[in-house]
Amino acid sequence: MATLSAGAFYVFSGLAILATLLVIVQRNAVHALLYLVVSFLAVAGLLFVLGAPFAAALEVIIYAGAIMVLFVFVTMMVSPGQEAATADARWGLLKALVGPAAIALLLIVELGSVLVHAPAAHVGADVISPKEVAVALFGTYVLGVELASMLLLAGLVGAYHLGRRMLQRDREGETG
Amino acid sequence: MQQVPLEHALLVAAILFGIGLTGLLARRNLLFTLMSIEILLSAAGLAFVAAASRWGQADGQVMFIFILVMAGAEVSVGLALVLQIHHALKTLDSDAIRQLRG
Repeated sequence: MATLSAGAFYVFSGLAILATLLVIVQRNAVHALLYLVVSFLAVAGLLFVLGAPFAAALEVIIYAGAIMVLFVFVTMMVSPGQEAATADARWGLLKALVGPAAIALLLIVELGSVLVHAPAAHVGADVISPKEVAVALFGTYVLGVELASMLLLAGLVGAYHLGRRMLQRDREGETG
Repeated sequence: MQQVPLEHALLVAAILFGIGLTGLLARRNLLFTLMSIEILLSAAGLAFVAAASRWGQADGQVMFIFILVMAGAEVSVGLALVLQIHHALKTLDSDAIRQLRG
């Protein structure tokens, strides 16, 4: 079963690249967040065209939904736009980057030559249904699911611990 | 209907990854650093899903789900740390955090 046409892929790609570029050049964090939501929605469209409807739904729900809500809340609390004065001119770092970048360039050339000489392959020809993903996830990769749940628990406890310390300090500041 | 070559999908993932890496290196604001990391993880997930589509296997999408879980855990702890840093130092400039510098 074929998915959407190839044209949709290129439209979503262009939108994703444009929105992501606009994210990293914004001064205001809230403006950047708006473009980031658009970027994630465009990537979700890409995933759908690539025949991964379940991954596309997760991208919208978790990236564009849950993670962006977290970002918006934190941006609200830390008063955005305050670092317009500290311009992002860290170009002294560029000199230190020359060595790693040169070696990474060799890796990219190698990777590109492998891809060029690989037999032609196409994506998006078949839809991989949520059922197939679920069978793989809870069959072959069930140990990974357990590890992921432990990671989420550790993240939950860690975030709660860090947030609680701040609340306690606030309360002590009020009384003392 | 014409099909999309695998190289194009990987190229889009690489461009998104490059944009995220540029943001990670160039921006000082900790919020922008975290956003750039999200872009990087999303681009990596896109490459995995493209590979899954190339081979017609579900394994790439399983990896995408694991990346999603990792991003969720990372961003919750990271944003809690951002709040702590803002509370302690009244700034989000990553160059201002240098207590450990000798």
